Amino acid sequence: MTSDISTGTGSAAGAANAEATESVADFRRRARTWIRANLRPLEHNEGAGVMRADTTDEEELAAVARERQIQRMLFDAGLAGICFPREYGGQGLSPEHQRAFNEEITGFEYPGRLQAPTFSPCAAVLLEFGTPEQKERHLPAIIKGEEIWMQFLSEPSSGSDVAGALTTAVREGDDWILNGSKIWTTGAWWSDWALCLARTNWDVPKHRGLTVFIMPLRQPGIDVQRIEMLNGNKEFCQEFITDVRVPDTDRIGDVDNGWTVGTRWMFHERMLHNSPFVTVPAGWSYGGVDATVLVDVARDAGRLDEPRVRDLIGEGRVLDLVRESLQGRIGRGVVSRRMPDQSAAIGRLFAGIASTRVTSMAYDIAGSAGAAWSAEDGAVAECGNDFLLRQTTCIGGGTTEMARNVISERVLGMPREPALDRDRAFRDVPRGGSGRS
Amino acid sequence: MLLELSPDQEVLREATARYLADRVPAEAVRRLRHDPAGFEADYWQGGAELGWTSLLVGEEQGGGSISGSALVDLTLVAHEFGLRAAPGPLAATNVVAAALGAAGPAHSEVLADILSGATVAAWCLGGPPPLDRLDSVGLALRVDGDDLVLDGVSRPVESAAQAGHLLVAARGEEGLTQLLVPAATPGVTVEPLRTVDLTRRFFAVRMDGVRVPRAAVVGEVGAAADQIERQLQRAIVILNAETVGAMQAAFDMTVRWAFERYSFGRPLASYQALKHRFADMKTWLEGAHAVNDSAAAAVDAGSPDAGELVSAAKSFIGDYGTELLQDCVQLHGGIGVTYEHDLHLYLRRVTVNRALCGTPAEHRQRVAAVVEHLKERA
Repeated sequence: MTSDISTGTGSAAGAANAEATESVADFRRRARTWIRANLRPLEHNEGAGVMRADTTDEEELAAVARERQIQRMLFDAGLAGICFPREYGGQGLSPEHQRAFNEEITGFEYPGRLQAPTFSPCAAVLLEFGTPEQKERHLPAIIKGEEIWMQFLSEPSSGSDVAGALTTAVREGDDWILNGSKIWTTGAWWSDWALCLARTNWDVPKHRGLTVFIMPLRQPGIDVQRIEMLNGNKEFCQEFITDVRVPDTDRIGDVDNGWTVGTRWMFHERMLHNSPFVTVPAGWSYGGVDATVLVDVARDAGRLDEPRVRDLIGEGRVLDLVRESLQGRIGRGVVSRRMPDQSAAIGRLFAGIASTRVTSMAYDIAGSAGAAWSAEDGAVAECGNDFLLRQTTCIGGGTTEMARNVISERVLGMPREPALDRDRAFRDVPRGGSGRS
Repeated sequence: MLLELSPDQEVLREATARYLADRVPAEAVRRLRHDPAGFEADYWQGGAELGWTSLLVGEEQGGGSISGSALVDLTLVAHEFGLRAAPGPLAATNVVAAALGAAGPAHSEVLADILSGATVAAWCLGGPPPLDRLDSVGLALRVDGDDLVLDGVSRPVESAAQAGHLLVAARGEEGLTQLLVPAATPGVTVEPLRTVDLTRRFFAVRMDGVRVPRAAVVGEVGAAADQIERQLQRAIVILNAETVGAMQAAFDMTVRWAFERYSFGRPLASYQALKHRFADMKTWLEGAHAVNDSAAAAVDAGSPDAGELVSAAKSFIGDYGTELLQDCVQLHGGIGVTYEHDLHLYLRRVTVNRALCGTPAEHRQRVAAVVEHLKERA
């Protein structure tokens, strides 16, 4: 059942036997024509910045509705779910086709909110571990833009230590009853379904007592609370789960074997920037501040000719280009098995560090207008808030500290950190506060 | 270096690796410290037989690539050079060979000697500071009747005293011109410079009223700017590939050390503070591999973003290559700065390559000039 990230390729090979697979060049031409005829070109630097609080709820809901509509249009045009098997509504094409699509959609509106976590890790995990019935029910709906998914993974009491989940599922006949709390879901208030990691056994060590479930997000037992970030952005949510009933048919993988699913789940999360299941415009930067933004900030601050500023712009662009090349190398290395799956952490670490560096540069180039700005300051405005949120790119999707552990221990084979909970029933493991009441 | 090689590329890489392991193990590199040339003539000829000098030259001229991507092929050789901090003017010789090959049959005799390894070639581009900046040349050209006259100083010129011929870039009223000048031409003097590398030899080449016929021109008078830019891109990719090889060797050596060295009853590799530094170094190392492979492929393909990628690679690898090596020294402790340890062989190579063909900061300025107009291009 367990496969790898090249699943899409395998399916494409299968499809190729049935009928001639569309060449990458033909596909690219078809995608280009369709995109230019149907999608709106992006405004200058639309979407730049770090989690900016620049939309009202009405605008956010309208944007989500438009993205669902685009996803449906892509489906009708035969351009959705490029690396998903045809039997589930995808195109059964290869990662090269997805890459071509990523290049063609650059500079145009695209359903960005539906990519992560809906397509990966959620749909990728469903494809890998779901039953045929689960896949038939959800994958086509996802590919048509009808279902937006969230990952119920982090909890208030466990961020990096995901396997320390306290959300509990108790068996009751053919159902499970879930109680607990999940956190750091982006846009849960407008989403439909959730992939949830829950504890089903407290009497074994933590990794051996977990199970994965799926559930509709909008139901009476799930209270979605929005979290206000320090700049006023309210896209992150926390969910309070109270006596939510989940049929056993909505279990993913075996009982108490949730960590097998969870390991792949986090792999897909780290591979986000290079996943064949995700549409990411080529050159897209993790966190939304890249060197082209630096050029705009410098120009609007009247400093584009200063050698020191140009040095920063050059450095920012170097980091962008290295990150792109590195993601490509890791993607190819993992697919060809020349690099272990855990190498995804290398790309994650680089992206986080590079993004924080470039965000700092933007604030420096902005000068005092970064600290106090007017609406007429152009790209300089909001650089201060971006800087305040700088570390989000080193926290979300697994912290860079965890990435460093993974690289040293799982890629380089260095000794694991001692863990006091490893051979202990989870019920007996000491627990601290949640950090959030 | 590429993760996946074609069988033919693997043959080239493997043959080079074996040859270097046999001919220039670390003790041999140390012994060459006081050798005037820094390498033995038969060593270079043996390498030429493996293809070290002919990859960037067309088949009709006696060369030929392995995969059709000649520069990518050459990075495989350069990477092996880096892994051993191997001697020999790989970048300069190949750049000159490529330039002569591209100029047609006019210089085919010299080219044949370069391809066979009978001679090495040197490339005179920059001058003494501040003429060592990118886009500067050290030599001036004047047209005097049927002759061309060269004046000035070019440095640093690798292997100038060993080279039979010098490919000279010079600026005159007509613009930039390249000429092939026999090293023995009257008025040419070659003075050694000191350097940090054990086996590479650099010189200042002085030209006082050096007179050469028009037949010495490689290409056209005043039309060498694009040619020089392309040579620079190739030289940088080769130097980068060598640096990445040296980074890889030093990193692997330091990882082994971390497993073997015990302090307070446990290996260094068990300390999280050090593990995290190894994770950072691994990330820089993979980034260095990746960006130079992208640059090499872009140059081979003649892609419009080749210049930007080459400068990005030079800047990143220059900065993080030396940073990684110095971190390896730090993780070794005192033994890492001794002559008996091999680490300095790599530190030397990476340090020299960082400063050649443009510093990281100069290349950042180039990248900034590209990114400034990126949106207009798109």
